[in-house]
Amino acid sequence: MWRVLIPLRTSSISLRAVVIITADSACELHPHVAVRPEPFGALAYHYDNRRLVFLRHPDVVKVVTSLAHHDSVADTLRAHDIAEERWPAFVSAIDSLISSEIVRVR
Amino acid sequence: MSVETLVDQMKGGLDAPICLTWEITYACNLECVHCLSSSGRRDPRELSTEQAKAVLDELKALQVFYINIGGGEPMVRRDFFEIIEHSVSNGIGVKFSTNGAFIDKKNAERLAAMDYLDIQISLDGADAATNDPVRGPGTFDMAIRAMDNLKAAGFGEFKISVVVTRHNVSQLDAFKAMADAYGAQLRITRLRPSGRGADTWNELHPTNEQQVEVYNWLMKHGENVLTGDSFFHLNALGPALPGLNMCGAGRVVCLIDPVGDVYACPFVIHDQFKAGNVLEDGGFTKVWRESDLFTELREPQSAGACASCGSYDACQGGCMAAKFFTGLPLDGPDPECVTGHGEALLQAVPVNLAPRPMSDHSKPARVRIPVAGS
Repeated sequence: MWRVLIPLRTSSISLRAVVIITADSACELHPHVAVRPEPFGALAYHYDNRRLVFLRHPDVVKVVTSLAHHDSVADTLRAHDIAEERWPAFVSAIDSLISSEIVRVR
Repeated sequence: MSVETLVDQMKGGLDAPICLTWEITYACNLECVHCLSSSGRRDPRELSTEQAKAVLDELKALQVFYINIGGGEPMVRRDFFEIIEHSVSNGIGVKFSTNGAFIDKKNAERLAAMDYLDIQISLDGADAATNDPVRGPGTFDMAIRAMDNLKAAGFGEFKISVVVTRHNVSQLDAFKAMADAYGAQLRITRLRPSGRGADTWNELHPTNEQQVEVYNWLMKHGENVLTGDSFFHLNALGPALPGLNMCGAGRVVCLIDPVGDVYACPFVIHDQFKAGNVLEDGGFTKVWRESDLFTELREPQSAGACASCGSYDACQGGCMAAKFFTGLPLDGPDPECVTGHGEALLQAVPVNLAPRPMSDHSKPARVRIPVAGS
C-alpha cells in the first residue's frame, strides 16, 4: 500500500468520498494540508480533519505536491518521468488520498 | 511496502516528532494523586514568554504539525493565550489538557473562536465519588462546568480525557455516554507509575481481569475512542488494537518540560531519559536529531527476557516508563504484562529500590493551624 492512515487521532470519521479519478482528472493538494519531508518520503497533515498520512515514496511526494501545476494527473506523471506502467498505481494512490481529503479534485 | 516496514522506519526516528508534548508549567491549582509530572509549584526557571515563542518558532521550522500542551495546569500561566495564539498563527495546531478550572464563560468563548485548537478536559471518574478522591474535592463539578461552558460557547468537539484506574474501569460506558451527550470525544489512557503516580500506582492500576475488560471494550468501541496508543501492551490478548503498536519514545514522541528539558516521553521525567535542553546551542532540533539518548532509543531494542514469549511481537514488551518506575528491567516484561510475567517479577523487586521520579514540584504539605480557642 502507498499509505497508511495512522489513527493517532481519529477525531472525525468521514465516509469515503465517492470519487473515482482517472489519469485525465485535474487534482491538487488540499490547501489545508502541510507536507513534511521525511527519509521515507513525506508526512502529510490535514489541519481540518487532523489526519496524518504517510506518503511512502519520494516519487509520490513529487507528484502529489505538483498536481496543481499540471492540467491532469497524466501530465503530472509525465512531467516527473514516471513510467506508464506505474501510472495505475499512482492513480489509485491519489484516489485514496482524495478519500482522506489530502488531495482534492479541482 | 508493508505496514511493518513503515513501523520499522518510524522506530528509526523521524526528522521531527509527530507527537510532541510540551508541559508549559509545573504550577497547578490541583494536586492529583497520579500526576505524571508531580506538578504543583511553579519552577522559577520556567521558560519565559519570549523563550516559549522561540521554541514555537523552531517547531514551525521543523514543520511540527501540532503540539500537545499540558502541565501542571497550562491555563495558570498568564501568557497562556499569548502562547497558544502564537502557536496556531504559525501553523502549529494546539491540543491542550486542562482540569477546566479556568474555562469560565468568557474563556470558553475565546477558545471557541480559535482555529486548530483542541481541548482535553481531564476527568477520572464518571461521578464525583469516583473522580474527586483522585483529582481533589470539587474537581468533578469543576470539569462539568468547563464542559457546559464549552458546549454553550459552541466550541464543538472537545475531548474528555480519562486515565483508566481500578475504580473507573466499570464506568467506560458511562464516560462514553457523557462524551456523546456533550458532542465530545472520549480519550482513555493508561495509568503510569510516573510522578506522584509512583506512589499510588499499586492501589490504582487496573487488575489483570480489568485489563481484559478494557481490551474488550476497546475492541468494541476503539474506532471512536482515542487512546494515545497507550494500551498496546494489551495486544497480547488478541487482535491488535487500532494504533501504531510501538513505543514512540524518542522516535515519534517526546516531552519538553516547563524549564525546557527534553525527555523521551511525558512519562519518564528522570535524568536517565533526559536528552538535553531547548536553551542549549542547536536548540530542540539538535536534541531531537543528535542526542545520544534519542539515537540509542532509535536503534533496534532487545526483547531480552521476553524473547522466548510468543506474544512479544504483539505487545512489544510494553511501556518503558512503566517498567522503569516499578524497578523492572527495560528489556523484560511490562509490570502489567497480561500473561502475568511482570507481576511475578514485581514480587522480586526489593521495596523502595525502584528509581524515584525526579523534578518533584509537589506543593509542601500544608501546615495545620489549630482551630481558634481549642
